Amino acid sequence: MTNIRANSRRSRFERVAIVDRFDIPLLVAVAALLGIGILLVYAATREWFASFGGDPEYYLKRHALNIVIGLLLAFGTTLIDYRLLRAYTPFLWGITVLGLIAVLIPGIGATVNGARAWIALPGGLQIQPAELAKIAIIVGMAMILAEKNDAHQEPQAIDVLQALAVAAIPILLIVLQPDLGTTAIIGASVVTMIAVSGAQLRWSVGLLALAATGAFVAIKLGIIAQYQLNRLQSFVDPSADPQSTGYQLRQARITIGSGGLFGKGLFNGPQTNGRFVPEQQTDFIFTVAGEELGFVGCAIIVSLYIVILWRAFVIARRANDLFGRLVCLGVTAWFGFQIFENIGMTLGLAPMTGVPLPFLSYGGSSMFATLIGVGLLLNIRARS
Amino acid sequence: MGERSRYATIFVQILLFSLMAALFGRLFYLQVAATDKYQDAALEIQSRNVITPATRGMILDSSGKPLAINRVGLVIAVDRSILDKESDRGVASLQATAKVLKMPYEEVFGKTRLCGEKVDPALTGGARCWNGSRYQPIPISVDASEEVALSIVEHAERYPGILASPQGFRYYPGTEGVNGAHVLGYVGPISEKELASESTAKFYRNESIGKAGLEKTYDYALRGEPGVKTIVVDRKESATSVLKDNKAIPGNHLVTSIDAKLQAVVERELLAAIIRARSGTVDKKGARKADAGAAVVMDVKNGRILAIASYPTYDPNIWEQGITAKQASDLYSAKSGVPALSRALQGTFAPASAFKVVSVAAAAKAGYDLNGKYDCPAQFKVGNRFFRNYESKGAGRITMEEGIAISCDTLWYQIAYNEWLKDGGLRPKKNLNDYFYKAAAGFQLGKRTGIDLPSESAGRLADRTWRTNWYERNKDFFCDYEKRAKKSQLTPFLIAIAKENCVDGGKIRAGDAVNFAIGQGDTSMTPLQMAQIYAALANGGTLWKPSVGRAVITPSGDLVEEFKPQKVGKLPLTKKTLSFLQKSLRAVVTSGTAKWRFDGMPIPVSGKTGTGEVYGKNLDGSSKDTTSWFASYAPSNAPQYAVVMMVSQGGTGSGTSGPSVRRIYEAIFGVQGSKIVKEQAIFPSVPPAQIPRRPVVSTS
Repeated sequence: MTNIRANSRRSRFERVAIVDRFDIPLLVAVAALLGIGILLVYAATREWFASFGGDPEYYLKRHALNIVIGLLLAFGTTLIDYRLLRAYTPFLWGITVLGLIAVLIPGIGATVNGARAWIALPGGLQIQPAELAKIAIIVGMAMILAEKNDAHQEPQAIDVLQALAVAAIPILLIVLQPDLGTTAIIGASVVTMIAVSGAQLRWSVGLLALAATGAFVAIKLGIIAQYQLNRLQSFVDPSADPQSTGYQLRQARITIGSGGLFGKGLFNGPQTNGRFVPEQQTDFIFTVAGEELGFVGCAIIVSLYIVILWRAFVIARRANDLFGRLVCLGVTAWFGFQIFENIGMTLGLAPMTGVPLPFLSYGGSSMFATLIGVGLLLNIRARS
Repeated sequence: MGERSRYATIFVQILLFSLMAALFGRLFYLQVAATDKYQDAALEIQSRNVITPATRGMILDSSGKPLAINRVGLVIAVDRSILDKESDRGVASLQATAKVLKMPYEEVFGKTRLCGEKVDPALTGGARCWNGSRYQPIPISVDASEEVALSIVEHAERYPGILASPQGFRYYPGTEGVNGAHVLGYVGPISEKELASESTAKFYRNESIGKAGLEKTYDYALRGEPGVKTIVVDRKESATSVLKDNKAIPGNHLVTSIDAKLQAVVERELLAAIIRARSGTVDKKGARKADAGAAVVMDVKNGRILAIASYPTYDPNIWEQGITAKQASDLYSAKSGVPALSRALQGTFAPASAFKVVSVAAAAKAGYDLNGKYDCPAQFKVGNRFFRNYESKGAGRITMEEGIAISCDTLWYQIAYNEWLKDGGLRPKKNLNDYFYKAAAGFQLGKRTGIDLPSESAGRLADRTWRTNWYERNKDFFCDYEKRAKKSQLTPFLIAIAKENCVDGGKIRAGDAVNFAIGQGDTSMTPLQMAQIYAALANGGTLWKPSVGRAVITPSGDLVEEFKPQKVGKLPLTKKTLSFLQKSLRAVVTSGTAKWRFDGMPIPVSGKTGTGEVYGKNLDGSSKDTTSWFASYAPSNAPQYAVVMMVSQGGTGSGTSGPSVRRIYEAIFGVQGSKIVKEQAIFPSVPPAQIPRRPVVSTS
């Protein structure tokens, strides 16, 4: 306890200098990606809006605003010592669960692309509680798994079960939306956190088996909606549903493949300008990069992601305590799996699920959650 | 940090970086390795081609007279992609169109249905379905009046999906009275199958393509290059820019070796021969069925076809308006005689006595004295069967030349039977002489001539190999005949033949051997093959590849391509045998079977008659009548032309075909009675050697 108090005192003392202790490579990578994202969102929407006489910068402006808000949230996240975050965690978790319940209530939740995932706010704003749930779950689980660490070297069964309960409630609510992509990414982060917490191996293996069985039963019982089955099917067999999902995936792949080595040049992609790829400013933002920036541009983007993951692992290793390490690795797994799922989907490596690409996709909630995640990483780095 | 924790972290690290590496790999594949494929696919998604068909080149006769041209008509067409989007699926629009075109609605409806689309035939008024694509305008009238076209254009709101525009269409003007349906062929909208199968040339949906005859063979030259305007579209199909705009390049003209005047004469004379046979005035046997026929005139010096005709024929222009279902099925129905079939190169018939030139070659090779004397009895017994002369007359002891002239069969039976015995009879020896089969193979029987017209038949050389294969295919049937055959085929005679076939059907029997020598039995030839052989006999033994196309010229008169005559073989004859044959073929006309038809002819003609027995029955149950052949060349002293005529079920060679062949020569040389009037000749000297560089627009 004395140790913590000393640390917190030091952090309070050094608050003005916290910016100096930020991880520079991480910041540079994030800033570069945000910059690229602004260009890509603009490229994806300018011709489209111009074609019907709208404001070509409509999405550009909103995206920039989202980034500004997100950066403020991230900066805010870095100000409070991450160890003190534990105090806010139950509150955050409760808000998230309430939000997830609210989206399921007709009249409050808005349905987009088959999932009831948004809460419509006045002024045309929408928030997606599932994005914030990622943070609530990661921090909540880390808190429980790290709590008993003084008494035992590794989390015991009871800790693991408690942590799972913390994760399970929001996950179940997300399944009801239904949003399988987010569920899968949160699930992967949960298993990762359990595994790296030092819990018995059988927990992680058991969870993976449970996820597989659950998916199988869900398909068999028809709990999974038809459009989701179609998406999965068109991953296995792209010709199964040529008009909708297969069409999108094929268009996405052609758009990326047609970019070639150097791309068609920013704002010059005919596939992008012709709006052949649906949802291009959000889930399919990577196709804009593929077509207009080519292999070179895409490789730079993926490299920037690798820098972020690398820094995240470094920060986790250097973290002072298990809590910090678990939060770090939880965020890393979330970023890593979501990046792979999104880009993999556009490349035909992963099934189609509607998850945004961190740092690049247009979308407020996702941008806020992602940048808060970065804020957590910076926070832990600054205090290790 | 515990061990487990550390290993798990390392594992997650490896997993995530591997996933990133996988993204790299996949990106490299899509954007570097396979980018060409995806760039093509992207272009296909983004671009739409608007095709303007090129003006098709003309087909010209050897002096430049047009045999196939293009006419401009006001085309009323239907765009199904607009029509189908109407709330009533375009019914009102089609009804209005039918009214203004004064056509029955059902016909308009039927014409605009795609072949393969499920439609109640009662609703289509017997109209022919559209065998093109849904995305190309479907013509319902190609010759609308200006008034009708204007009313459709001016009241577009009343006719949604109906287009009216001037458009070129193929027209066969019938120069000099030519029909030419079989040799010219026809064009039609390109089918999905043709679109998919073509690999060498790029075809587009609303193009027309040669479907038969010269139109098909020389499509590559005639079609030109369609104009392609590529526009870039967005997802809503609205055009955003023009990628390229290539103007149509008109097709080149095809100059043929056909002479329009001669072609008309040959067609007329073929018909005359058919009518002659049907009239029953030719001989005592009375009226013949004469269901089909063909005639070929070839330049013996190079194999060029100067005229080629087939009966029955059809109006080549019926295709243009889109023929009715009835017309289409009539073209291929047995009842109407399958007019679509070109008998000259697709019909195969037993060559009969016209084949004896091959037998002479065989006998000479086998060592028989061509100047010796041979018996010509009325009949010759082989085993327990009698083989008779035609009309069952004997001629005593005669020279071989006389044998050819009077067409004695028994002479050949004896020689063929002797040779069959020498080759071991039913137990063939190891080293077979097979003089007859080898000679026939040397004359290229059973082999396509290679003429530049599609779907030529090869005929059949019924030699030992053929017989063995035939037996393998059919022996089960023969050995189980009484169970498998139809009731009507169970006559004692047919049962006996089946039994015989079951036992040794795979072997050449004596009967097969002797029949072969007189061109009967299973061997068959096309009239074109016959012309090729007789041209070779005339020119000293060279087999030329028959050809119709002479050259391709541009619309401005430049020579693009000239098709030189091609030698494809040499008849297996010694000089002595050849001159014997030439002498004998002349004797046929001066003193033999054709004399009565060529008396007083001032141009010396050589030839051979043939009267082929045909087994089997007609649709009405009557027995098939004999095939009339006359194969010839002239002038005998300086041969230039070979003329072959064949009338199926037409009676005798000289009786039916003889006079018509004579008329053809008379037209070529300008014979008037017993005089030669050069001014009246189609070819005062020889066929034109110059390639015309421009279509000759006739003023008549």
